Amino acid sequence: MTTTTITNSEEIKKPSNLSLRLGYIRRNPGLALGVAILISLILFTVIGLMNIDSDDAYPLSVMGRQAPSIEFPFGTDYFGRDLYAALVVGMWQTALIGVIAGAIGTFIGIILGFVSAFYGGILDTIIKGVCQILMPIPVFLIQVIIAGSLNKDDVTVFTMALIVVLLAWMWPTLVIRSQVLSMKERQFVSVAKLSGMNNIEIIFAEIFPNLLPFIAASFVWSVFSAVFASFYLAVIGLGPLREPLLGNIIWGAQSQGAFFNGWWWWPLAPATLMVLILTSLALINMGLDELANPRVRRTE
Amino acid sequence: MKIRKIIERIFFFLLVVWAASTITFFIPRISSRNPVRERFGQLARSGGFAPADLEIIIESFNQKFGLDLPLWEQYTNYVGSLARLDLGVSMFQFPKTVGELINESLPWTIGLLVTTTILSFIIGNLMGAIAAWPKAPRWLRNLAMPFVLFMGVPPVLLAIFLLFFIAFRLKFLPLGGAYSIGTVPNLSLEFALDVLKHQILPATAMIFGSVGGWVLSMRGMGITIQGEDYVLFAEHKGLSGFTIFKDYYLRNALLPQVTAFALALGNVVSSGIIIEQLFGLPGIGTLLHNAIKFNDFVVIYGVVLFITIAIAALMVFVELLYPLLDPRIQD
Amino acid sequence: MEPALKINNLQVSYYTDAGRARALDGVNLTLNPGEKLGLVGESGSGKSTMALAMMRMIKPPGRIEGGEVIIGDVNLTTLSEEDMLKARLSRIAYIPQGAMNSLNPVTRIGAQMVDAIKAHDTGMSKKEIIEKSMESLESVDLKREVFKMYPHELSGGMKQRVCIAIGILLEPQVIVADEPTSALDVITQRQVMETIDKVQDKLGAAIILIGHDMGLMAQFVDRVAVMYTGRLMEVSSVKDMFTRPKHPYAVDLIHSLPNLENKGVFKGIPGVAPALLRLPSGCSFHPRCSQAIEICQKDTPPYQEIEDNRFAACHLFQEKA
Repeated sequence: MTTTTITNSEEIKKPSNLSLRLGYIRRNPGLALGVAILISLILFTVIGLMNIDSDDAYPLSVMGRQAPSIEFPFGTDYFGRDLYAALVVGMWQTALIGVIAGAIGTFIGIILGFVSAFYGGILDTIIKGVCQILMPIPVFLIQVIIAGSLNKDDVTVFTMALIVVLLAWMWPTLVIRSQVLSMKERQFVSVAKLSGMNNIEIIFAEIFPNLLPFIAASFVWSVFSAVFASFYLAVIGLGPLREPLLGNIIWGAQSQGAFFNGWWWWPLAPATLMVLILTSLALINMGLDELANPRVRRTE
Repeated sequence: MKIRKIIERIFFFLLVVWAASTITFFIPRISSRNPVRERFGQLARSGGFAPADLEIIIESFNQKFGLDLPLWEQYTNYVGSLARLDLGVSMFQFPKTVGELINESLPWTIGLLVTTTILSFIIGNLMGAIAAWPKAPRWLRNLAMPFVLFMGVPPVLLAIFLLFFIAFRLKFLPLGGAYSIGTVPNLSLEFALDVLKHQILPATAMIFGSVGGWVLSMRGMGITIQGEDYVLFAEHKGLSGFTIFKDYYLRNALLPQVTAFALALGNVVSSGIIIEQLFGLPGIGTLLHNAIKFNDFVVIYGVVLFITIAIAALMVFVELLYPLLDPRIQD
Repeated sequence: MEPALKINNLQVSYYTDAGRARALDGVNLTLNPGEKLGLVGESGSGKSTMALAMMRMIKPPGRIEGGEVIIGDVNLTTLSEEDMLKARLSRIAYIPQGAMNSLNPVTRIGAQMVDAIKAHDTGMSKKEIIEKSMESLESVDLKREVFKMYPHELSGGMKQRVCIAIGILLEPQVIVADEPTSALDVITQRQVMETIDKVQDKLGAAIILIGHDMGLMAQFVDRVAVMYTGRLMEVSSVKDMFTRPKHPYAVDLIHSLPNLENKGVFKGIPGVAPALLRLPSGCSFHPRCSQAIEICQKDTPPYQEIEDNRFAACHLFQEKA
C-alpha cells in the first residue's frame, strides 16, 4: 500500500522542533521555576557588583558582628566583612568556579563522547575503559588529595575550578557517548548517510542539534557538582580561605559558632543562596532531562 | 563462561585499585609541598625542639618511611606493600598502622554511611516507583516531591541547621558525639539506644541528601518500564494493580538501580566525611579529616585507597550476584 | 444462537493538546461463538484502540465515551473496576502484538501463568493450577518443561505460543489477537496461526484477529471487517470481501493487494489517511474516494446492513437498505 511509505516519511522527520519545545516549558513548571531562580540570582550578583566596594568583602573592612541594618542589609561577620559585599563577591566566585569547571568538563565530555561513539574500535574501548575504571574512585577524596598537596598560596578560585574538573569529565563522556550511539542508529542518520553526507557533516548537521538538550543537561549537572564540590572543599578547609566563597562564609560562621552566639544572619544568607543555586540547577537539570527524554515527560 | 566472567571482574577490580593508588601516590609528589618538613616545622615553631635538630629528625623520618629513595623505587615499594594489604604506618600516631586506625573507626562509618545509603535506596526507589505509577493515589505520588527538592540542600548544610534547631534550641537530641559522655561502651540495650539517639540527626541529614537522586532515576526508569509490553500484558491478564506493581514493574525497574548502588556509596562518602566530623563521630571521615589537618599523608592515602577498594569490591560483588536478579545475564 | 460478543455504538476519544481525536466512532459488531473475524485497516485506523476498548484498557488521555461491549449476558462497560479485572482472561482474553517482549523477563513462565489464574477466584488448588497451566502449554504444542523456563530461553514463536496458552487458561468466550504474528518469520507465522485456530476450535470461542496481512487473514477468518478513521467501513464474509467488495475503500484496499494476474503492478489508494484530529466532514473517506457524490461531503453515512449479512457505511448503498 502506498500509505505505508507515507507514514515512514513521517518517522524520518527529525525530532527537533524548537517551537514545540518552548511551548513545553509551560507544561514543565519545574524548569520555569529553576530558570526564574537562576535569573534572580544572576540579577542579585550583577546589581550587587555595581553597588558594592569589593574591598568590603574582605576581613577588617567594617565593624564586625553587626545585625542587618540599613547600612549593612545582610549584617557583618565576626571577621569584619560586610556580608552583602561578601555574598556578592562570593556568588560571583562560586559561579565562576561552577561555570569554568562545568564548561571544561562538558567540553571534554563532548569531544571524548563523540570520538568514542563515532569512531568506535580500540579508541572507544580505551575511552570507555578509562571512564569505567575511574568511576568507582570517590572524586571528592582525590580532590582532597590534590587540594591538600597544593601550597596554600596556589589555591585560587581558578585552581579550585581545575581541581574540581579534573575528575568530573567521565560522567559527561559516558552520557554523550551513549546518546550518540543511540542516535547513530536512528533513521534520520541512516537517511543522511544514504544521501551522501560524510561523518563530519552528519555530526554537525544531524546529531549535534538533537544532542543539545543532553549537552545542556550535562553542562548544568557539571556546574551543579562543581559548586557542590567547591563547597565541600571549602568546608573541609582546603579552599582559598581568604576569598569570600559561599562555602567559606558558611564554614567560617559554623567554626565561630555563629548560631550559638546569636549571629544568625551570618550563616543564614549564604546558606540560602547556596541552596537556591543548587536547587535552581537541579530543577533546570531535571527539566532539560525531561525535554531530552520524551518518555519521562509528564503526561498531565 | 562463569569463571571467565569472574576473572574479568577481578581484573577490573585490580585496575581500579591500581589507578587509585597511582593517582594518590603521584599527585602529592608532583607538588612542591613537603608534608614532613611542614609538619615538623610547625612543631618546631610551637617550641618543641631546636631548629637545628629539625634537619636530623626529618632525615631520619625520611629514611624510616623510605622517602629518600628515588621516586620509582618509592612507587614500587608502595605498590608492593599494597599487594601485601599493608597500608603503612601513621606518621603522627606513630606506632599505629593505618590498618589499625581504619579498623577502629570503620564500625562507626558502616553504622552511619552504609545504613543510611541502604535506607535511602529503599525509600528513594519505592517513592520514585510510586511517583511514576499512574494508578497510585495522587497524594502518594507527590510524597516524593519534597525529597526531590532537597537535592539542592547539601547534607552538610542540613546537618548544621538540624544541629542548631533540633539539638541546640529544642534540645530533643544530643549535640554530637558517638554516645553520651560518661558512658562506657558495652553491649547493653541502654547503650545501644544511646548510640542510636546520637545517630538520628546525622542519619537524617544523610538520607535527605540522597533520597532525591534515587527518586529521580527510579521515576525515569519506572516510566520506561510501565510502557513495556510485559506490564501491559500483565494488565490484560486481569492481575491486580499491586501484583503488577510488585512483580512486573518494580522488579524490572530496580535492576539498573542495583548496579548503581555501589557507585552511590562512593558519592555519599564526601558528605559522610564532613558530617562525621560535624557531629564528632569517630568514623573514617573524622580519621581522614584529622589526617588532612595534621598532614598525615600515609593515613590520607590509606583511607582514600581503602574507600576505593571497598567501593570497587562492592561493585564487583554486585555484578557477580546480578545474574541471581536477572536470569538473562547468565554467561 | 446467542451471540458471543455484541458491540453497540462503541466510542473512544483521545484528548490531546491539539484537541479531541475520535479514535473509535460508533462501532457496531456482533460475533457468534466460534466465529473468526479479521479486523483490517491502515495504521492509526483504530484497530488496536478497538482491542483495548473491548478489554477496557484505554488509558488517559483516552476515554471510552459511550456504547456497550456485551459478552454472553455480561455488559463489560458497566462492570465495576474490580469485576472487570476478573472478566479479563475469564470472559475476554487478549493475545498481544509484541509477543517478543510480552513476558516478564525476570520470572519463569510458570509463575506468569499461575499468577494469572490466582488473580481470578477459580477455587483451584495449587496443584490444580499448575496442572492446568501445563495442560494449556501442551494444547499450544509446547512441552510441559516450558513451565520452568525463562522467556529468554524461548524462541519468538514459542513466546507467542506461551501468550496464547495464557490467553486460553480460563477458557474465555472471546479472544482478541492483536497482530499476533507480526514479529515472526513466515513459517512460524503460519504455525502460530494454526495453533490459534486449533485452540479456538476446542474452546468454541469467538475470535477477533487484528492485522494488516490480508493474505494471512484470507486463510483463517470467516468474516473481514475493514476499518478506516475509527469507523467500520465494511463487514462481509471473507469470500464476498475478496471477490466483490462493496465499499469503495474496501475495493481499493483489495485491489492494492498483489495477485497473480497483475504481478508487480501495485495500485495504491491515492492520498493519505487523514489525521484523526482533522477529519474531513461527512464521510471521512470522501477526499480519496473515486466514487464520491455530493452528499458524501456533508453527511456521515450510517453503518447498516446492505445485503444479507453484509454491512457497510456508504451513501452509495443507502437505497438498498
